[in-house]
Parts: sequence; C-alpha cells; structure tokens
Amino acid sequence: MEQKKLLVKLENAGVHRSSKWLVRGISFEINQGQIVTLIGPNGSGKTTTAKMILNILNADEGLVTGNANKMAYVPQKISIDWTMPLRVIDFMKLTSNLNNNQVNESLTMTGVDKLLYNQINSLSGGEFQRVLIARAIAKKPDLLVLDEPVQGVDFNGEIALYNLIKEISISLNCGILLISHDMHFVMSTTNHVICLNGHICCSGTPGSVVKNPEYIKLFGEHNSETLSYYQHNHDHSHNHDGSVAD
Amino acid sequence: MFDDFFIRSLIAGIGIAIVTGPLGCLVIWRRLSYFGDTLSHSALLGVTLAYAFSINISLSVFIISGIVALTLLSLQKRTKLAGDSLLGLLAHSTLAIGLVLIGFLSSIRFDLMGLLFGDILAVTLEDIFIIWFGGLIILGILYYIWKSIFAATVNYDLAAAEGMKPDLSNFIFTLLLAGVIAISLKMIGALLITGLLLIPAATARSLSNNPFQMVILSILIGIVSVMIGLFSSLEFNTASGPSIIVAGLVLFILSLIPFKRSSALQR
Repeated sequence: MEQKKLLVKLENAGVHRSSKWLVRGISFEINQGQIVTLIGPNGSGKTTTAKMILNILNADEGLVTGNANKMAYVPQKISIDWTMPLRVIDFMKLTSNLNNNQVNESLTMTGVDKLLYNQINSLSGGEFQRVLIARAIAKKPDLLVLDEPVQGVDFNGEIALYNLIKEISISLNCGILLISHDMHFVMSTTNHVICLNGHICCSGTPGSVVKNPEYIKLFGEHNSETLSYYQHNHDHSHNHDGSVAD
Repeated sequence: MFDDFFIRSLIAGIGIAIVTGPLGCLVIWRRLSYFGDTLSHSALLGVTLAYAFSINISLSVFIISGIVALTLLSLQKRTKLAGDSLLGLLAHSTLAIGLVLIGFLSSIRFDLMGLLFGDILAVTLEDIFIIWFGGLIILGILYYIWKSIFAATVNYDLAAAEGMKPDLSNFIFTLLLAGVIAISLKMIGALLITGLLLIPAATARSLSNNPFQMVILSILIGIVSVMIGLFSSLEFNTASGPSIIVAGLVLFILSLIPFKRSSALQR
C-alpha cells in the first residue's frame, strides 16, 4: 500500500465541560486522501470531536497531533449578524487571499456562482450551505472538516454536492472528516466510519460497522437493514428534471 | 476668523474620527457597545489617578481601561454571570471609585463637566500630537490584525479552525479600544466616547453593502459630525462632545430617510 501522509491523529482524546465528559477516549487518525465519517445520535460528541481536530477546542485529556498545513471547515451552524454588510465575495475571502478567479471557480463547482455579489443574509439555507462548501474548498485545504454539509440542500443538490466532495478528496488528495446522517453517501464513499456516542462505539469499514451489535443497539435493526437495501439498489443518479442519468 | 484653539480642536477631532470609524464598525459588528461604555466609564478613574500621581492623562486612561478590559475578558471565562451584568458591574464600580477618589483629591481643582462631556478649549498641541501619533499606531496595528479580527467577528469557529488566531486578535482589539478612549477622552468626554464610536458606524451601515465601504463611510461620517459639531459648538457656545454627538445623530436620522440608492453603491 502506498504511503499516505498522516494529517491528524487523536490518541485517547477527551473534552470535559461543566463536570462531565462530552467525549472521551477518542482515538483515530485521518490520512491524505481518506474520507472518515462520524456518525452518532444527537449530543454524541460529533461536533466536539471535529472541533478538537480543528484546534477550536483543546483536548482536556489525551493527545491531538495535527500535521495538516491548511485546514478548512464547514461548520454545522453559523449565523451572520445583520449589522454586518457582507457579500458572498467578501465571505469567500474571509480567511485566505483568493483572487476572483479562484472564488468564481469554486462557487461554480457548488452551483452558486451567480450569487457572488449577493448579501450573505439574503441567501436561502441551501444556497448558504453551498457557499460554505465553496469557501472551504476554494482554500485547497489538505484537511477538510464538513459538519452536516448538505443540510437544507434539495435532494438533487445533495447528491451533486456529495459527488463533489468525493471528487475533491481525489483531486486535492486531501483528508476529509465528514459528519453526516446520509447513510447512502457514508456507505458508498467513506473509507472509515466511526460510530460515536460519547466514546467510540465501533469503527471500521461501512460494511462492518453496520453489522456491529453496538451500531445496531444505537440505531436499531431496522435502520441497519435499510442501509444494506440502499447499498444494493441506489446505483443511479438523477438529472435536475428528475430523469435518470447514466 | 477662527481662533487658534478652534483649528486645534478641528485637527484633533478629525484625527479622532479617523480612528473611531473602523473601530466603531467592529464595535457594532461584535455587539460591544456596552463594552465601550464600560471602558469609557473606567476612564474617569484613569483621569483621577493621572491627577493624583501627575502622569499623562492619556497614558493613565489607557492603562486603567486596558486593565478593566482584560479583567472583563478573564471574568467572562470564570464566572457564571452574563456578559451585560459583568459590564455593568465593572462600569459602575470603576466610575464610583473614580468619583470617590476625586473627593479625596480636594486640593486639585477639577473640571468634572469637561471630563465627562469633553472640552475643546482644553485641546493643546500636545493633545494633537497624542491623538495623531496614538491614532496612527492604533490604525497601524488594526490594519495588521484586520484579516484576523474580521474573520473572528464573522465567525469565531471558522477563524480558529483556519489559523486566524482569534483569541490573540480579540485581545489586541480590546487594547486598541482602550487606546482610542484614552486619546479621545479630553475631546469628547468619558460619557460620550461610545457615541462617537457607534453613531457614525450605525449611519454607515444603512448606506453600505460591504464591510470595506462601511468602514470608509463611517470615517467620513465621523469627520463630518466632528466638523458640524465643532462649528456649532463655537457658534452656540455649547460643549464640544455633545455637539458632535448631536451632529452625528442628525446624520443618522437623515440616513434613515429612504431614497433611491445609486446602483454603484449596491454592488
């Protein structure tokens, strides 16, 4: 197997807040070109784990060793105060000095290049989500952290964006940490799934995780069957008008 | 036609408006108006100490406001009180300590009104030097940390994740705010400095559609407010600080009147 650069490594890491552990004993690593997905119920510490990797939160226990030169983040929740006049183009250049071509290029990739001069506050939830993803990939990061990246995006757009994420992991050869509820995407693209509930319940390839008793306990037998159903049947995608694409 | 003191106060006032423009935008964006109030209330304590130990007023105000600002930052992380309660606690206790100390310094004659509301007659050449030199340093530092502080203002998590060091720039920004209060205290007065930070920026908000535009406009609007305010202060013999703020308020009200905006501004 070819040697891939290690981007981030967590060893027994945990975050402690208001006398309880939000997550504890988290150990895994993300390598170049790898898509690692975190799944788990609400409040299971997915976002906390992501924030540890991004150095937004410090680990109160254990070690987080970062090796990535450039990280980009698509947060789950973000609200821009109306007191700030902010256009999409200003937002795109928030943390890096991109030129207008680079901005246009990645906005085109996520299908919102027409919104360049729109106010951020006037965007719909789905449009804003596309801008967030465009902003993150425009930086050409070597580690990309996506927290529920397609929330609020319509169904066709969701598939297109997930395909885009898959393409980016290949074209940029970057590591991706994804937090997602979309089990279809998780099953078909992810190299490594980590099932979280305050600690790591189980982890491994998508196929092995779904069969794990810990996973079935968390998500139920029914969900696990649905997933294998998805895995075998969803082998086509749709055009924007709903017809089946080749 | 103009007396020398008037030219001096005009130069000083314009210098202050150039610095309060960008800082005022950040105060509005970060919702820090009460924070500015707290710092300027504590400035009175700084003035008292300056008289007590005969040191430079601006220096003393900067040190006291800086200490109050940093105390606030650390208290916010430690106590369970909400931000506004902490601000009120610090604002009024430092104001009270300042006033109590003034009582003890009965041997020195104080122009309390001048300290609270500003005094154009008090602007000396030394003040002009402090305002312009201090102002340039503040603007220089602000320019240097702008990308970081702006990213942290839009979203802390994004800034932290993408290497913009938001904690450091927050810390520096707080000190810059203490600095602008220190240099403008004599001119505008402790109770009204926040007004000069807020009102031009608030006026600029309704006229601008991107952050850079808002910063430039709030500088220009600040300069116009200072000029109108000082002229009317001279004309009607009113205190300089309140006159400047009233001029700013009039501009703000005018900016609310709906009119057809030029398409250039919309882009």
